[in-house]
Amino acid sequence: MKASLKWLSDYIDIRIDRQKLAEKLTMAGMEVKGIQTIGSTWDNVVIGQVASVNSHPNADKLNLATVNLGPQQITVVCGAPNIGVGQKVPFAYAGARLIDGHTGKATLLKPTKIRGILSEGMVCSEKELGISENHESILVLSPEAPIGMPLADYLGDIIFDLDITPNRPDCLSIIGIAREIAALTDESVHLPQIGYEEMEKPIDSLISVAIIEPDLCPRYCASLLIGIEVASSPGWLQERLRSYGMRPINNVVDVSNYVMLEHGQPLHAFDYHKLKGKQIVVRCAKSGETIITLDGIERTLTQDTLVIADEENSVAIAGLMGGLNTEVDVTTTAILLESANFNRSTIRRGANHLNLQSEASTRFDKGLNPDLPLVALKRATQLLLELAGGKSARGIIDAYPGKTAPSAILLSTKEVKRLSGLEITIDETLGVLRALGFECQETGLLPPQISVFVPYWRGDIKCAADLVEEIIRIIGYDKIPVTRLSASLPPQKLTPERSFKQKLRNTLVSWGFQEILTYSLTSMEKLQRLSPKLEPKIAPLQVANPMTKEQEYLRTSLRAGVLTTLANNQKHEEADIRLFEIGKIFLPQYPSAIALSQNAESGEGEVKQSPQDKEGLPHEKEMLCAVLSGSRRELSWHDNKELLDFFDAKGVAERLLEQLGLTSTFESSDDEGLLLGRRADVIIGGDKVGVVGNLHSKVAQGFELSGPVCLIEMDVEKLMNKASGAKRYQPIPRFPSITRDIALVINEQVTFQETEAIIQSFPLVEKTTLFDLYTGEQIPEGKKSFAIRIIYQSPQRTLTEREVDKIQQQMLDRLCRELGATLRG
Amino acid sequence: MLKQLEELQLEALNELGQVSELKGLESWRVRCLGKRSKLTQVLRSLASLPLEERKKIGALANGTKVSLESSLAEKKKFLEEDHLASFLSRERLDITLPGQPIPAGRLHPVTQTLEEICSIFTSMGFQVAEGPDVEWDYYNFEALNIPPQHPARDMFATLWIDYEETTGQARLLRTHTSPMQIRVMEKERPPIRMIVPGRVYRYEATDATHESMFYQVEGLAIDMNITLADLKGILFEFCHCLFGEERKVRFRCDYFPFVEPGAEIAIECSSCHGAGCRLCSYSGWLEILGAGMVHPDVLRRVDIDPEVYSGFAFGMGVERIPMLRYGIDDIRLFYSNDLRFLKQF
Ligand SMILES: [Zn+2]
Repeated sequence: MKASLKWLSDYIDIRIDRQKLAEKLTMAGMEVKGIQTIGSTWDNVVIGQVASVNSHPNADKLNLATVNLGPQQITVVCGAPNIGVGQKVPFAYAGARLIDGHTGKATLLKPTKIRGILSEGMVCSEKELGISENHESILVLSPEAPIGMPLADYLGDIIFDLDITPNRPDCLSIIGIAREIAALTDESVHLPQIGYEEMEKPIDSLISVAIIEPDLCPRYCASLLIGIEVASSPGWLQERLRSYGMRPINNVVDVSNYVMLEHGQPLHAFDYHKLKGKQIVVRCAKSGETIITLDGIERTLTQDTLVIADEENSVAIAGLMGGLNTEVDVTTTAILLESANFNRSTIRRGANHLNLQSEASTRFDKGLNPDLPLVALKRATQLLLELAGGKSARGIIDAYPGKTAPSAILLSTKEVKRLSGLEITIDETLGVLRALGFECQETGLLPPQISVFVPYWRGDIKCAADLVEEIIRIIGYDKIPVTRLSASLPPQKLTPERSFKQKLRNTLVSWGFQEILTYSLTSMEKLQRLSPKLEPKIAPLQVANPMTKEQEYLRTSLRAGVLTTLANNQKHEEADIRLFEIGKIFLPQYPSAIALSQNAESGEGEVKQSPQDKEGLPHEKEMLCAVLSGSRRELSWHDNKELLDFFDAKGVAERLLEQLGLTSTFESSDDEGLLLGRRADVIIGGDKVGVVGNLHSKVAQGFELSGPVCLIEMDVEKLMNKASGAKRYQPIPRFPSITRDIALVINEQVTFQETEAIIQSFPLVEKTTLFDLYTGEQIPEGKKSFAIRIIYQSPQRTLTEREVDKIQQQMLDRLCRELGATLRG
Repeated sequence: MLKQLEELQLEALNELGQVSELKGLESWRVRCLGKRSKLTQVLRSLASLPLEERKKIGALANGTKVSLESSLAEKKKFLEEDHLASFLSRERLDITLPGQPIPAGRLHPVTQTLEEICSIFTSMGFQVAEGPDVEWDYYNFEALNIPPQHPARDMFATLWIDYEETTGQARLLRTHTSPMQIRVMEKERPPIRMIVPGRVYRYEATDATHESMFYQVEGLAIDMNITLADLKGILFEFCHCLFGEERKVRFRCDYFPFVEPGAEIAIECSSCHGAGCRLCSYSGWLEILGAGMVHPDVLRRVDIDPEVYSGFAFGMGVERIPMLRYGIDDIRLFYSNDLRFLKQF
């Protein structure tokens, strides 16, 4: 809401510095977002009157305007189409600082020759004066504007740009803001005096009003003006509306808008003679009913739309827009002026449906008070009679089915202290509340208590807590003391979930992984690209009103975000990239999704039914996804340049699980996003907790990735549940161990896991390490060689070479018997 | 014989003095201490001496041997050090060659900030809880005094899963972390002290200062005798922890439907120090927190008696904090995850 200090000073004396005032308003909850000074740069701009207009001898579209400036007349070149003799206009002498209409930059006006004619000044547009963006036409001032007066004295103003919170519709008006300033600066508001003459004829003999929907229209007031003349408004009114960005139309419309800005109450005028049956009915639209609104659009209404109708048709959509059938135009001689209160939800819903947001609808949808229409109506009637002539019918229509008895709120100073921590006397409390227009009475009870009646414009005040805020915001939030919570609670630890995630993060970071955070919303296309067949495993949850296609579905996998990030970074990173994200995926719980996931993959099929699922919200599951790509080590003179591969990813998974105290096995996987033969499920205690593998080349292509990409994915919840057992200390061996290296020649098909299982089944074997894998020369076709280091260890004694020899011989026999392994010669 | 021993020792030490390389030491050892050395001969000849003399000469000869051996060891140590020094000075490394890079990962700056915020509040006795990102209209709005069609819904441009019309039953992406106030109070009785970090979502076109997804941290404390002054105290302390004791903090009235009285916390602009600049829209202040006393209607809804208990709630945007600290001018940088950005923190 813009607040013109010039307009405000019609109702209140502002004796305080504007910066101080802005600060006070901001502190009290009405943030001043900006202060605009109009006219501060208008040196050398004065008011002139166009004395004559002649066409430019050398240019079709240009005129020569002679402007009377009081002591002298100056002839200048002017290109605006709207210039006319007799107009009062802003005139800039050479030397004025104006905004260049084309570049938008401030420039010094110099005498210029335009098509051979010297122009020593100019008639200005709003844009050139910095008032608005309008550069099509010159600004035409009110006929009363005094010739020769500096424009700054006439039009200059200070405008506060106020951020009005939704609870304060009363401050979407100049008078509302004046009341606020009055309370903050210890001044009082002088409201306009209202009084006008009425005809003999009573209004109810000329029109009747029936409210069919009292819940949706708690109050309907109307006045009737007869014998008026629809014409342009006087300049002062036009200028005020223009300064608020409103286009002046005629005196009737302009007065309605003016009173809306002044009082905050939207009004509407009907051409009285066009109302059929001389009656107003406030009802819901009939199904399929149509109306052509003032903007010329035919609109089909639904039954939840509230309309104003005459005997036959709708004549307006309540609170939103009038109908063309009762439009006020130059032929109009009598108007019915409406000032009503409507249900805010109805207006809001209607405005959204019909796309009819306006200055009026925003005021209605914040909830206006039903006592406001009468005040505003009288003010508008008075102004119209002044400006458009005519007479008012006697009395006013006031249908008020929603009238409620005012109720008092009880407030004790103790309560103020209890909520705000600020000690305030009963007198201070009374002072502040009365300054804000509240009526207060001391109840005489102890502890001291007052009963407070809320003024009609403050519909937002409903309970004692609201009053406490009123008191302290006027006294000042800066007066609130700073205290510490009286009861001290011991410092808290993180929840197990959070500290588990923190541990995972810190571990991966310490191994050179960069943490990333990607959007929860993604596109169907990306989710599809995760599968080589372009069929996502799980139907994702869709946003009903997505902002973009890129953010339309809730992710069912972290992969899309992580791979996109990887691809973006591959464009500029030279060496290895290691990324990970720990975050939620969203698994929908409607039956079709569960069925889908069970068909597609056994791993996801066993989603547990948590209490949340019963509530109908998706299962939000914490996952970990890490990727590795590029060379194993950063590019360096000192090291080899091998690429990262499957075993780097597996190594990360293994070591991560080891850090968590978990024993895992790796089994061949059917994860279709990964490459066949280069993918493994991570199994703990028979349960799949994740996968590792090389990204499928089709998926890699889909995400425009280059080079091989290895991926690790883990179910964080499962890991946490399995890792919850406390770690136990293992004693450090006291006796020396014996180390033996063996090289086995073995069939290609035999896995290392099978081989290691046999070796580890022997007693005293403490640890096995595969330190070489070889195929090629010296090894027969179809065979490979494992070089394995075995460490033998007893917790009780020092081993002898001889007993180790014996075990190892048995081991080799079994390896030979069961796997066909022989010692490499 | 005694004299012979003395001469022998002198001669050997002399020769040892001449040795200048490690290789020479072995031949010296063979010559002076080996099987054929004069000293060994002396020791061998002892057998033929009478017992008394054998004892005396024997002790002396052994002494000579021990002394020569230790001289040898000393000389060896000396030559080795000398050798190493000359080796190192010959085989000098180009110490300006770059070191082998160690892979270094980092936490995302938002995670770092969240951890910092959580640790400040846990030290003040607040517990950390998390809630669902997909919420019911009820928790996100209705229970927080924002029924359908309430004008305050304009403050939260919402991404819906179900259309808004299906009143109360509609699912949405939470627009703030405040729904967890209700979830926490439904389950727990005062005293409550809780903070809730998490993602929130908005139906919003993104630009340098707006994101469709960002992080918030919600705070809630309910007990007997909690006042707005306590809220001011906690939040001032928090701001000073994050931005330094010197930073000016502003506490002003603001409106949120679920608190009354409501407040906003701003800190003095980091860029212009209060003078006014583009970053702070020429106000000199940067808003970082919305807060207030939990509205009595909200308390009643979760069966907490507002006549007995009171409490405060606050909510803050997380990205704002590293933006102010490091002078980051575009919020979109956080979720574009460019390594050239992330590696700076
Ligand atoms: Zn600033």
